[in-house]
Amino acid sequence: MIRFDAVSKRYPGGQDALARVDLDVAKGEMVFLTGHSGAGKSTLMKLIMLMERPTAGQVFVDNRNLNRLSSRHIPFFRRNVGVVFQNHQLLFDRSVFDNVALPLQVAGYQANEVGRRVRAALDKVSLLHKERHNPITLSGGEQQRVGIARAVVNKPALLLADEPTGNLDPELSADIMRLFRQFNEVGVTIMIASHDIDLLRRMNKRVLGLDGGRIVHDGVLP
Amino acid sequence: MIGRKPAARPNKKGAKSTKPAPAKTRSQGASQSRARLGDKLDAWQAHHSTTAIESLLRLLGTPLQSLLTWLVVAIAIALPAALYVALNNVQNIGYSWQDSSQISVFVEKGARENAVRELSERLLEDDAVNAVDYITPDAALAEFRAHSGLGRVVDDLDDNPLPAVLLVQPAEQAVNPQALEALRTRIADQALVAEVRLDMQWVERLHQIMQLAGRGVLAFGLLLAMGVLLVIGNTIRLAIENRRDEILVVKLVGGTDAFVRRPFLYTGLWYGIGGGLLAVMLVAIGLWWLSSPVAHLADLYQSDFRLRGLGWIDSLQLVLLAGLLGLLGAWLAVARHLSQIEPR
Ligand SMILES: Nc1ncnc2c1ncn2[C@@H]1O[C@H](COP(=O)(O)OP(=O)(O)OP(=O)(O)O)[C@@H](O)[C@H]1O
Ligand SMILES: [Mg+2]
Repeated sequence: MIRFDAVSKRYPGGQDALARVDLDVAKGEMVFLTGHSGAGKSTLMKLIMLMERPTAGQVFVDNRNLNRLSSRHIPFFRRNVGVVFQNHQLLFDRSVFDNVALPLQVAGYQANEVGRRVRAALDKVSLLHKERHNPITLSGGEQQRVGIARAVVNKPALLLADEPTGNLDPELSADIMRLFRQFNEVGVTIMIASHDIDLLRRMNKRVLGLDGGRIVHDGVLP
Repeated sequence: MIGRKPAARPNKKGAKSTKPAPAKTRSQGASQSRARLGDKLDAWQAHHSTTAIESLLRLLGTPLQSLLTWLVVAIAIALPAALYVALNNVQNIGYSWQDSSQISVFVEKGARENAVRELSERLLEDDAVNAVDYITPDAALAEFRAHSGLGRVVDDLDDNPLPAVLLVQPAEQAVNPQALEALRTRIADQALVAEVRLDMQWVERLHQIMQLAGRGVLAFGLLLAMGVLLVIGNTIRLAIENRRDEILVVKLVGGTDAFVRRPFLYTGLWYGIGGGLLAVMLVAIGLWWLSSPVAHLADLYQSDFRLRGLGWIDSLQLVLLAGLLGLLGAWLAVARHLSQIEPR
């Protein structure tokens, strides 16, 4: 599903955020990215979302070479990838429902279809009863779940989550992880960046460890 | 499956990606995620109308700020529109004055009355002629006797020395130097016509002044139109800045540039149309305010001249033009600023 071929990324005026990274994530896999701050986790995900372009090397998603994807086609590509990014959170000028509906409206779904799918997604994250609320009135964990509902509402084949449990307590984190596991069980490929070593151990999934832009660990944590 | 738009680029390596999803648990969900084209078209239309309405409601949501923009646009449009109306009215006064400046056609002496009447009929058939007044030599002499103070001298004459005169009033559409000159030659070519006299000078002057004024109004209008573009462009730029977060999220979940652009273009359109409507109202109010003094003044000069305002068509055109300006201004702002907002 995701393949990196000697991918390097250097930001203007900085050192390499990623240095000749090779990796392969199969369809239906659930992998974690970990590493200290500045190791390049977010950068790796941004390359998959085409929010950044690699300085060298090639990124393939579902066998498609992203280097060859013109910017005109980026929106259509992004509709098949769900993201939970911390700095692109919910919009507080509209209801929970409208937040989750955004990816569907963007893709041109009809109103009744939008309603059906948004409710299904909100139901999965157990927030159906809050669809009319403004997200600002929700707790941190609830907001995070709305973000996840938005990421999966379009039934993407790939889900990226950058520190989705960043400032949540262990119980809420476990809740969120249970959600991701459920999506993974129905075939969604999932990549999650996280610092939380205890959580990674508990999840017992493949972990990619990054350090200074290189992959230094690949496999289940001992 | 990734690759819902596989047709765009035949994928050599990834022949697999163009097939429907493998028959796993995902296949059902994946095929459902493909909205049918017809539905998408409907949704596209629906999105246009909802965006149009939402943009308008957004403007009405901040009434004071929107009103200010509308007023600025309205004033910038009303000024040249008012000048245009004034110019039209001056032109009308010109036409009514031209009624008194007819073409005097002097008929050959000794022409028989019947022949002169026929000539008059023939002249009337010309499209450029509005009316023909026949003044017989006797009538001319009588008038001369009454007004010249030389009654005695006239009485002593054996013969009437005055020719018959036809006073030709040009039609309104013929009141410009070229048409009048053409009419003059046509009349001069007629049999029995001895001389044609036409006071061209002031017609020419009026025409030149009008053309000059018309160009002035056009230049002024163009300058103010540019002002409207800048004002609306700047307002849209602020709107884009205000909705930055939304734009980022929309782009991240796969909104196309067209989708992101749409609400701002509609906002520009509404600013323009609103400003145009206000401008039409401003001009109408101004005319209404001036109309009664102008009517009084005209009455003093025994004229039935009345101020003429913007017609329905003119008003509609003005509003459309304003809307177009708004759209263009928004387009300029969007082209400059929207591409700079990318999720990072
Ligand atoms: N937009 C940018 N411009 C310049 N340098 C950047 C930019 N984004 C990231 N970097 C640099 O690239 C390196 C990797 O950053 P990245 O955000 O990928 O790290 P991370 O692993 O996500 O860290 P964290 O755990 O703190 O989120 C860092 O050294 C960072 O300073
Ligand atoms: Mg990060």
